[in-house]
Amino acid sequence: MLAKRIIPCLDVMDGVTVKGVNFINFRDAGDAVELGDRYSREGADELVYLDIAASHEGRKTFTDLVKNVAARLNIPFTVGGGINEMSDVDRLLNAGADKVSVNSAALRRPQLIEEIAAGFGSQVCVVAIDANYEDGRWLCYLNGGRIPTGRDLFQWAAEAEERGAGEILFTSMTHDGVRGGYANEALSTLSETLRIPVIASGGAGTKEHFRDAFLRGKADAALAAGVFHFGEISVGDLKAYLAQEGVNVRT
Amino acid sequence: MKVAIVKYNAGNIYSVDYALRRLGVTPVVTDDAGELLTADKVIFPGVGEAHTTMRYLKEHGLEDVIRSLRQPLLGICLGMQLMCRYSEEGGVDCLGIFDVDVKRFIPRKQADKVPHTGWNTLTSVRGGLFDAAQEGRFVYFVHSYYVPENVSTAAVTDYIHPFSAALHKDNFYATQFHPEKSGDTGEAILKNFLKL
Repeated sequence: MLAKRIIPCLDVMDGVTVKGVNFINFRDAGDAVELGDRYSREGADELVYLDIAASHEGRKTFTDLVKNVAARLNIPFTVGGGINEMSDVDRLLNAGADKVSVNSAALRRPQLIEEIAAGFGSQVCVVAIDANYEDGRWLCYLNGGRIPTGRDLFQWAAEAEERGAGEILFTSMTHDGVRGGYANEALSTLSETLRIPVIASGGAGTKEHFRDAFLRGKADAALAAGVFHFGEISVGDLKAYLAQEGVNVRT
Repeated sequence: MKVAIVKYNAGNIYSVDYALRRLGVTPVVTDDAGELLTADKVIFPGVGEAHTTMRYLKEHGLEDVIRSLRQPLLGICLGMQLMCRYSEEGGVDCLGIFDVDVKRFIPRKQADKVPHTGWNTLTSVRGGLFDAAQEGRFVYFVHSYYVPENVSTAAVTDYIHPFSAALHKDNFYATQFHPEKSGDTGEAILKNFLKL
């Protein structure tokens, strides 16, 4: 049976993970390759590396990082941040990434999804959506949650699927950073209307939150950053817990 | 040992290159017939779309080269599908090494998402790529088309219904999953292939 996936997300600037990391006895705490390797050995199913600098100079550093990750890890990984056109996709896939995640650029120019799907196949195209719950609606935002678009989450997700997205990565801005659990109602609506996998993001604080994202939110995968980086939850412990709770995970 | 990776217009063939390097083997990535014919092992990777890839293989004269290989060949993902008779993806005739057609997954219920994406288990493993240690282990898949069970099936995975996770016939081996992305289990399978 297909396993539910646990995906640590690493925000990277100049080759270094940005969110604080305080593993005890972990020498290379900030090194994005070392950290990814550690998660992989703990049982992470995939990794996401986000280039949060996405500046012109930072791009080369990030591409080099992608090459180093590809050389080192034997699990799949997705890269995102600052992917605006096909040349970015080409550069990152050729550096060894398995998938690319597009966000603002796809909202601005939805044809980008079709171009990626036609050029490399739907399976490499993850469409990331940042949405906030306001006045009874889920609305999409651009540029890491800074610019409102007024677009409805469910409509945009359906359009992205139609255009050839292989997965939807939904981050709830309402839940992100609060550590009170994932947006399970919106997740289950997405999961029950889309025909492609849905990745939950935003809100993880405890192991129970992951369980709920799978059992109530019906997510295919759950992504988190802080709880892993700060060492509050280890991927290995989390998967043992989920298996006990009846979630099918890779062990 | 000379290991050649068939070079063609697919997406990420470098992950196979990296995986072999982690095992201490430096492969050559080539579309040169002579290089392929003289290699000890050949890997035919694949991330992409069947129709355009078959056209590329034909245009570059690789169709007959791949069919004529007598050393162990490992097709991966799209590579495996292209080794079959025909693919519903783009409605294209393929290499015909395995006497079976490639079909599209048809979901039976809402939870049946396509592409089949993520880690799933291997069962009924047999043949040179596998040993008993891989039975029941998880490997990484990402595909929308599948090969039904047939006489050449060397491992089975269940998603929507059982399908061929691996094939084997004579010197031709193939996996629907990505051994280069399947953690320690994938590495063990690649090592088994290199030992053939």
